[in-house]
Amino acid sequence: MPAANIEVSETPLVLYALRRADDALILGHRLSEWCGHAPMMEEDMALSNIALDLIGQARELYTYAAKAEGKDNDEDKLAYLRDVRQYRNLLLVEQPNGDFAQTLVRQFFYSAFADLYWRAMMTSRDATLAAIAAKSEKESAYHLRHASEWIIRLGDGTDESHRRAQAAVDHLWAFTGEMFAVDDGERALIHAGIAIDPGTLRGRWLTTLSDVVGEATLTLPQNDWMQQGGRAGRHSEHLGHLLSELQSMQRTFPGQTW
Amino acid sequence: MVTVLERDSDLRQRAWDAAASVVDPEIPVLTIADLGVLRDVVLDGDHVEVAITPTYSGCPAMNMIAFEIEVALERAGFRGPKVRTVLSPAWTTDWMSEEGRRKLRAYGIAPPQASGSRRALFGGQAVACPQCGSGKTELLSEFGSTSCKALWRCKACREPFDYFKCH
Repeated sequence: MPAANIEVSETPLVLYALRRADDALILGHRLSEWCGHAPMMEEDMALSNIALDLIGQARELYTYAAKAEGKDNDEDKLAYLRDVRQYRNLLLVEQPNGDFAQTLVRQFFYSAFADLYWRAMMTSRDATLAAIAAKSEKESAYHLRHASEWIIRLGDGTDESHRRAQAAVDHLWAFTGEMFAVDDGERALIHAGIAIDPGTLRGRWLTTLSDVVGEATLTLPQNDWMQQGGRAGRHSEHLGHLLSELQSMQRTFPGQTW
Repeated sequence: MVTVLERDSDLRQRAWDAAASVVDPEIPVLTIADLGVLRDVVLDGDHVEVAITPTYSGCPAMNMIAFEIEVALERAGFRGPKVRTVLSPAWTTDWMSEEGRRKLRAYGIAPPQASGSRRALFGGQAVACPQCGSGKTELLSEFGSTSCKALWRCKACREPFDYFKCH
């Protein structure tokens, strides 16, 4: 019999950790899809390495969420036994890899945020979250540098690479607003010094984007309409397909181990 | 704080030595003590618990290292040893011992630069070739064969080499 969904008691703290864990897992899974398919060996290794960092961050955050929940869930159950409506990741990270430009623009938008976010979270009053942040911050810095170099290379490359990079920027832009949104539960955590207010990072995030995108001879859209829903479990069609692959072993053979 | 009997301190030293002998499966010249991954060994009666700090969040070597520590302690006569993962404070390449850096260089991997600060992470890196010692080197790829390494090339001796990244 296929494994059923688990129930998760989503207190504000559990939900907060789950959202960040889901971001890291889903983006890590997306990048892992390039393994063996990237345009060159170095890039194959780079994307797989970044995927590994993100999945590692996800594991620590899931473990933290499971502990905060205090039931009998663990990192594996949280990753493998929640369905699409129970996932809390940003819509941005579940978007398909598309072409290489789309993968790298998605990575650039996210890494530019993650770099600032984790650095700010190092001051969290929660010692575990601060420790996860201290590690993730260094990893994100490398991810951002890697993505930035590619954005410049693609944007300021050939007509074809420029066209594709600009198309990716235009397409993914509407998914970036969600990174800075906060709900009531998170506001309480921010007030308690456990979380940080992502809204305060938007100015610096835009500066990073403008610098890199400018050097890449690309332009940022002026359109400020933003798509939302991922944080509340309303996802694009793509996430269900991703999860069906990510979860198929545990769903088919519950509790199976290597 | 606690009066430690000599017998206990000998026993703890034996447990520490056993745990400290475990090597990184991906860089077998380095022990976990060289890496700074081994943080603490706590003895309670004849029960031993080892605290380790992960290097990179997703480093697959950590599971292997935890397993090897248990095996090493069992071999040293400790029953049912436990390995605990400590996240805080976060590991940094600054914790790598001088001996570890020397061993890395001899093994053909350029050791991490002195400080894992953001300045060292971004730009201005001058990495000496571990083969010929020349400073005329260039980065080939930020991400190498494992999470902790980048791929570099020496412009003097033309050899490619791994660089253990600052973290």
